[in-house]
Amino acid sequence: MKKILTSLALLGLVAAGIGAAGTWAIAAEEAHNAAAPTHFPIDEPKEMSWSFTGPFGTYDKAQLQRGLKVYKEVCSACHSMNLVAFRTLSDLGYSDAQIKTLSAEYTIHDGPNDAGDMFDRPGKPSDHFPAPFANDEAAAASNGGAAPPDMSLLAKARGVERGFPQFVFDIFTQYDAGGPDYIHSLLTGYDETPPAGMVIPEGTHYNPYFMSGVSLKMPKPLSDGQVTYDDGAPQTVDQYSRDVATFLMWAAEPHMEDRKKTGFRVLVFLLLFGALVYLTKRKVWEGVAH
Amino acid sequence: MSEGHSTYTPKTGIERWFDARMPLPRLIYDSFVAYPVPRNLNYAWTFGGILSIMLVAQILTGIVLAMHYTADTNLAFGSVEKIMRDVNSGWLLRYMHSNGASFFFVAVYIHIFRGLYYGSYKAPRELLWILGCIIYLLMMATGFMGYVLPWGQMSFWGATVITGFFSAIPLVGDWIQQLLLGGFAVDNPTLNRFFALHYLLPFMIAGVVVLHIWALHVVGQSNPTGIEIKSKTDTVAFTPYATIKDAFGMIVFLFFFAYFVFYLPNYLGHPDNYIVANPLKTPAHIVPEWYFLPFYAILRAITFNVGPINSKLGGVLCMFGAIVMLFLVPWLDTSKVRSAVYRPWYKLFFWLFVADAILLGWLGSQPAEGSYVFMAQMATLVYFAFFLIALPVLGLIETPRRLPNSITEAVLEKNKGGGGHPTGATAAPETKG
Repeated sequence: MKKILTSLALLGLVAAGIGAAGTWAIAAEEAHNAAAPTHFPIDEPKEMSWSFTGPFGTYDKAQLQRGLKVYKEVCSACHSMNLVAFRTLSDLGYSDAQIKTLSAEYTIHDGPNDAGDMFDRPGKPSDHFPAPFANDEAAAASNGGAAPPDMSLLAKARGVERGFPQFVFDIFTQYDAGGPDYIHSLLTGYDETPPAGMVIPEGTHYNPYFMSGVSLKMPKPLSDGQVTYDDGAPQTVDQYSRDVATFLMWAAEPHMEDRKKTGFRVLVFLLLFGALVYLTKRKVWEGVAH
Repeated sequence: MSEGHSTYTPKTGIERWFDARMPLPRLIYDSFVAYPVPRNLNYAWTFGGILSIMLVAQILTGIVLAMHYTADTNLAFGSVEKIMRDVNSGWLLRYMHSNGASFFFVAVYIHIFRGLYYGSYKAPRELLWILGCIIYLLMMATGFMGYVLPWGQMSFWGATVITGFFSAIPLVGDWIQQLLLGGFAVDNPTLNRFFALHYLLPFMIAGVVVLHIWALHVVGQSNPTGIEIKSKTDTVAFTPYATIKDAFGMIVFLFFFAYFVFYLPNYLGHPDNYIVANPLKTPAHIVPEWYFLPFYAILRAITFNVGPINSKLGGVLCMFGAIVMLFLVPWLDTSKVRSAVYRPWYKLFFWLFVADAILLGWLGSQPAEGSYVFMAQMATLVYFAFFLIALPVLGLIETPRRLPNSITEAVLEKNKGGGGHPTGATAAPETKG
């Protein structure tokens, strides 16, 4: 056993050495031309502290409600959230009556009815958030040629590659906020000025945190004071971004609290059961050289 | 070992009734209770049992997932999300299944490397080893098709790239590719046949596993010394000795598995697979699942033409060749000594090979550009050199260390050295962890 561990440790060192040398070689190879970068994002997302990370992470209900407000008042003008049903908003701390009222604010296109006609009706808790555009083509036509992505899974569908050796450390720190970090950085990154000489394509907006280029079609969506909070939280772009990123994490992974809670019980059980089985194994093998 | 006569004696009436008609209790008793295993097996030998429970877990979670899944390009992505959000414990089933695939491969890689280290493939275990290689191939096909089912961006583009390999085969390549796809591009027929095959292949794996275990029970397990069992003192009964040790190995393995399922369920996946497949939008980097990365790196390392073989065909040949190497190992290794424990040079080359495989895996995840390409070419060279040069040549020139006469002697020697207790050949020394 000791030998295996020593071998593994040596192996890890060798692999780390090769990896580090490789990374260094690649970094050295990339000519640093600030005006014409070749790898994106230009800046790594900032790692924020989130209530939902770590083994005991939970969503902050007040923050989720604020995030929903930002989504409703700002994002939902262009971004759909097709997979999220109003009924699931009970996770945010809303009562059944509140959810009924909230869903009734939306108009749902439904049908056909008995006469074969499509009709509009107020939303019900079982409905999903209605999309702002009738179809992807309409969304693309209204937004300069590309449909704004659906937001239901955005917090899991975005994430900047962590690279070696960071991705190894991530296992131990349980880093699972790649999406929210990216969303927060992107939303707060619009005010940065592009380096001199950089060509920003017409109709796009520079953002050093954007994953797939120097700039993106979406203009700066949030500004200070744009959304009114009634719980005294600061009405800043930074706070809005944190709140909406948290809300999107919930939208993408609504059962996360349940998952982590169950996980803790499972690990504790395996630890205790494993200890008992190990002691039994010692007892069984006692007196048998092996 | 097969030569041992059955020691099963039916005790109850019902056991006697069965034994006279279909001796299933006898088979189970002889295979999993009385079956003699070498007394010196270490924890690397617990992965066979671990793989069995992983296969069962994958089949069980998979069948329930299939009850909720819809194999239609318009509905597949949504049906998976329905499982994640609305099906009771659906998130648990799906994360167990997707991470289960990864941990199945973790276990199988440890199992394969254990076989390589201790020379478990050498006569008379060649067929046992080859059956294992077939299981590994079936696992790769199953894993690949399973990754296509959620119909995310990486599902679609991974399927496009991998089925594209077949078009590199001269003459029949395009025909094979179209047969796989059910058309000219990845589309609904592809998804449907992949789902059907993804459901079928695990049962084929289970069938080959039965053959694998059958072959194992004919030739018996190898062991860290690589010396065959010579007497009864070399072995212990499967139950309780191996069962309890396997059980402990399984629990430790499940601990790591659970850590990922509950805390890092998306760590081993790709964010792009949470974007619904879009045939009009290619992802910036198409990467397969981590367990294919070493082969993917070998595929992309061939950037040059060799005579009539263009770089694409060359890459595909090297990639499949990398797997073929495994099948040939029993005949490539010329050494008379099985275990690396007694082969100082082979031991060194083995660990270099492991490091090379990990390096190839990392290179497979990086874009194929700049110095990555050169590194991948060098690592590919090392990969093939291990099989084609190190294995045959080392066996001829290496002077192995002195082999003990029997497993029992090796065990007693080891315990004497470690514990410092004076022990006779027959007295049982204290147990070491």
